[in-house]
Amino acid sequence: MNTSILLATTARILNQFRHDRRTVALMVLMPSLLLILLRFVFNSEAAFSRAAPALLAVFPFAIMFIVTSITTLRERTTATLERLMTMPIGKLDLLFGYALAFGVVALVQVLVAVGISLTWLGLEIGGSVWLLVVIAGLDALLGTALGLFASAFARTEFQAVQFMPLFVMPQVLLCGLFAPRSSMTTVLEWLSNVMPLSYAVDALTAVTTSSEITGELVRNLVIVAACGLLALVLGAVTLRRRTP
Amino acid sequence: MTSSAAVEVTGLRVHRGKRLVLRDVSCSIPQGSVTGLLGPSGCGKTTLMRSVVGVQIVSGGSVTVLGSPAGSPGLRNRIGYATQNPSVYADLTVAENLRYFAAVLHAPRSDVARVIDEVGLGGHESQLVSSLSGGELSRTSLAVALLGKPELLVLDEPTVGLDPLLRDELWTLFRTLAARGVTLLISSHVMDEAARCERLLLMRDGELLADSSPDALLAETGTHDLEQAFLSLVRAKEAV
Repeated sequence: MNTSILLATTARILNQFRHDRRTVALMVLMPSLLLILLRFVFNSEAAFSRAAPALLAVFPFAIMFIVTSITTLRERTTATLERLMTMPIGKLDLLFGYALAFGVVALVQVLVAVGISLTWLGLEIGGSVWLLVVIAGLDALLGTALGLFASAFARTEFQAVQFMPLFVMPQVLLCGLFAPRSSMTTVLEWLSNVMPLSYAVDALTAVTTSSEITGELVRNLVIVAACGLLALVLGAVTLRRRTP
Repeated sequence: MTSSAAVEVTGLRVHRGKRLVLRDVSCSIPQGSVTGLLGPSGCGKTTLMRSVVGVQIVSGGSVTVLGSPAGSPGLRNRIGYATQNPSVYADLTVAENLRYFAAVLHAPRSDVARVIDEVGLGGHESQLVSSLSGGELSRTSLAVALLGKPELLVLDEPTVGLDPLLRDELWTLFRTLAARGVTLLISSHVMDEAARCERLLLMRDGELLADSSPDALLAETGTHDLEQAFLSLVRAKEAV
């Protein structure tokens, strides 16, 4: 890995965002707008406080997944990736450069969503606000990493959009948002156990209910981070210098 | 391999899908020359260029570039490559694009101003690439290939859509670079550009019809222009 190329790549991607203000606005505000909508759908602070932690994981995760997979696919389908692959840039330089740039955006997104939830929407949390931000941020990064990985399997942007239900929706359905994971049938619980989003939601729920940092919480965070890292490395493996 | 060949291609075969798009192509590109790769659209020019820069999966044969197998890590800052579709970021300015690629190549920052000047894009530095005209866009992509000190330039149709004056300026630039010892492989599907090259590779349907100089080609075929020479080669091939 080459840090200067990695950081140049991050700067380049952030520069691209700077020229596309509408995308930045959508990315930063969308989870917050959805949470506001949800708050008024429930019309009760207590009900919102029960669902919100899981959604603080789900919304940034889903949005970063789709934004990342489309952006990287665009790089793959325009000739810029082919050109970069003839240059002295490592695959990990490129992927970590992407992850870092999207990580910055994800962090802003999560800060805004958590800020609005706590100050305006009446979310009550028992644990540390900063831990909440860290978990939600990590989760957005997981979405980014999975998006980078998924873009390898899409030939067109049309296909990439279809990957959203494939990669994201099962995780949302099985993460414990709609039914507690322990109440699921064995097969579903097993499926839920291999999906990284489940651990992110568990971690967020733990932080909102108690101020205690348990071993289980730390383990869940490590799982989420490791899955993100694994997706990035798999993304690098699927990136080929030579193509047919 | 002779020491004066920058690129040596031997028995190169490439499949794209089930189709054989390069059939046993062999050629050698002398160092410090301007070599034109000519032939109709779809004849395999881009595939041959992709093989030379090392991004094409090949089925057989060998490609040696500047003494190493094509695609070797050591070649990555010695080759400048401009793809046929402009490979620059549409949502960045001209200068931002060049600064990024210069950073990837570890080229000095001053290179950005130099290449902008070389391709005649002065005054467009802070313009977004998406707002450039087709000709300006392809020149931006060409400028990226000129960053650093490439010893080999592989340019896929760099002069498409340019006005005659600009085209002439670019060919002057290409010859200046060649005089400095840079090897250039330039593809085109317009025959009138062939006359500007020292060496010509004529391709049709995945095969090399000629590897020669324009003058030798005219003499061999007994024709007066290269378009006719190409036709005569195609007919000779089909008569066999």
